[in-house]
Amino acid sequence: MMDFLTTHSPALIVAIPLLGAFLTPLIGKINDKVRNIVVILFVAFTTFLIALLINEVATNGIVTYVFGGGVANIGTLEAPYAIRILFEIDGMNAFMALIAGILPLAAVIYSWGFMKEETGQDKYYTLILLMTAGMLGMILTGDLFNFFVFLEITSIASCALIAFRTDNKYSVQAGFKYIVISAIGALFVLFAIAIFYGQYDALNMAIIANNITYGFLDKVALVILIAALAMKAGLAPMHMWIPDAYGRSPASVTIVLVGATLAGLYGGLRVIFTIYGQQLSTVLHKIEEIEIHLSQILGAFILALAVLSIFIGVFMALKRSDFKKMIAYAAVAEIGYMFLAIGAYLITISSEDPQMLAAGIQSLKGGIFHILNDSLDVGLLLLVAGSVYFATKQTSLNKLGGLARNMKYTTIFFVIGLLAVSGMPPMNGFASKLMIYQSTFQINPIISIIAILCSIMLLAAFVKVFQSIFLGPVIPSLKNVKEVPKSMLIGMGIIACIIIFIGLFPNIVIENLVTPATNALQDTTGYISAITGGV
Amino acid sequence: MNVFFVPYLAVAALIIIGLYAVILKRNLIKIVIGITLIESGVNLFLITLGFRENSTAPIYTSSPGGIMSLPVPQALTLTSIVIGVAVLALMLTLVIHIYRHYGTLDVRKIKEVEE
Repeated sequence: MMDFLTTHSPALIVAIPLLGAFLTPLIGKINDKVRNIVVILFVAFTTFLIALLINEVATNGIVTYVFGGGVANIGTLEAPYAIRILFEIDGMNAFMALIAGILPLAAVIYSWGFMKEETGQDKYYTLILLMTAGMLGMILTGDLFNFFVFLEITSIASCALIAFRTDNKYSVQAGFKYIVISAIGALFVLFAIAIFYGQYDALNMAIIANNITYGFLDKVALVILIAALAMKAGLAPMHMWIPDAYGRSPASVTIVLVGATLAGLYGGLRVIFTIYGQQLSTVLHKIEEIEIHLSQILGAFILALAVLSIFIGVFMALKRSDFKKMIAYAAVAEIGYMFLAIGAYLITISSEDPQMLAAGIQSLKGGIFHILNDSLDVGLLLLVAGSVYFATKQTSLNKLGGLARNMKYTTIFFVIGLLAVSGMPPMNGFASKLMIYQSTFQINPIISIIAILCSIMLLAAFVKVFQSIFLGPVIPSLKNVKEVPKSMLIGMGIIACIIIFIGLFPNIVIENLVTPATNALQDTTGYISAITGGV
Repeated sequence: MNVFFVPYLAVAALIIIGLYAVILKRNLIKIVIGITLIESGVNLFLITLGFRENSTAPIYTSSPGGIMSLPVPQALTLTSIVIGVAVLALMLTLVIHIYRHYGTLDVRKIKEVEE
């Protein structure tokens, strides 16, 4: 039984939430409680399968799962089964799948209490499960067109969820904004895929990476793919959909949406490090003795946008008076930190100084570690914001105050989230941000100083929120506020426990999850040879 | 000029007109039309990639002989069209909801109401 589950886990991880999504409306006919339990079980089982898959990748290396039979018997192909749709899972995919497993689990448990009074819960759970399936598909797939299909599934489900409260005009507006941006992004991804298919006659990422020549069309495709996926990931000049989508959707949806955003970021990483992995050292310009590599230009570009995201995110977060929108801008800043680390790594990749190389790898590790930490920190804060809304029906900072008296646990969770997101010890955000500061300081001290300063300002912004929402005199209209239901506390508790665990034992996570992911990302040839070298 | 170059010009024109509509038009319906135009452009691009001169439809059993056009891009395009319909339906639903709330489809007026 276990063997069966392990062997087929890549397919089941996507199939189980999909099955759950279409069973939910049927089970919902019986009883609301039964449906909630079944949905939680479906997501928990998916998370369990992800754990099995991570274990399998850790012990046996890259896992490939080919759909629709064995070797295709036509003509001479460099990898006969690569014309089929296949999932290829290395350390990086496994790491991202873990994030995409934890977030929906917390979300569905939290939803039990949070969505209790809403109508249309059957549709809500169906969409949440569809979004989870789409997200996991995006992360696990090794086929570019498959990536596009899952990207669209995720966008459609998340758009419907952002606009879930159709009686609120702002959510409808946010949903429309999101679907316009993601539809255009996805269409350009498809355009880039078509460019690849026209040149290399392949849709498989590894085969394309193996054959890519970095001609004119590939340059066009690179620009289109990075722009489209950075838009999906919410990198700064294309971040404007994030505050609306995060701010207006129900909190339990927003936390899954964080995962979907990070799946977009993963797509960007895959494009840069795998598809263009072998071309990163291409010399673009040569000025006398100095060679300028593709990786350096790409790195500088990403670094500039990352610094811009951090600035915009932090300053807008300071200015906002709406709790959820503030967190959304903080999320933009956090995405900036990840790209900062990735950009710093790309700059050092062609360096000959071993110290710089080491700093670059350290920076990449910090960035990847930060993907996990950011999803948990921002997720926890969003859930707390949802709880405050649930208890008071308010999100504006000016109309809230003194909640700490009646909502003890929520306050504690907020403090944990606050410390974690602004990178204070002993929370997880500190561990990854420290790695980013240290390594970027060796590469360029100015970047590191900007990063530290912005992090402190983020702390200031959240301390202001803490003071105005949870401390101070009780506002008369909020005298009878009650603590949120248990299921919501459990949802927040799961994430808070993981945050504290990572904060106390960062080395366990770095050794077992982050380092394999970093190594996998750097090892382009390994990814390719897992496909071309035979099953 | 090669005749087979024409579809690519059409692709470029469709995508540019679509982007123009999305970025510069104020009416939500026109923005939706712009996205549909981009989609048609990308679909046409895929189909054109798979077409060869004097080729027949890629139906293996009833082929009259000679070369067939490539079936894979056609399969991709079909998938893309189906997804496109879903996205289009969703966008129009949201447009209906926006119209009910604001009583207008003008982007500027919708923005003025917020904040």
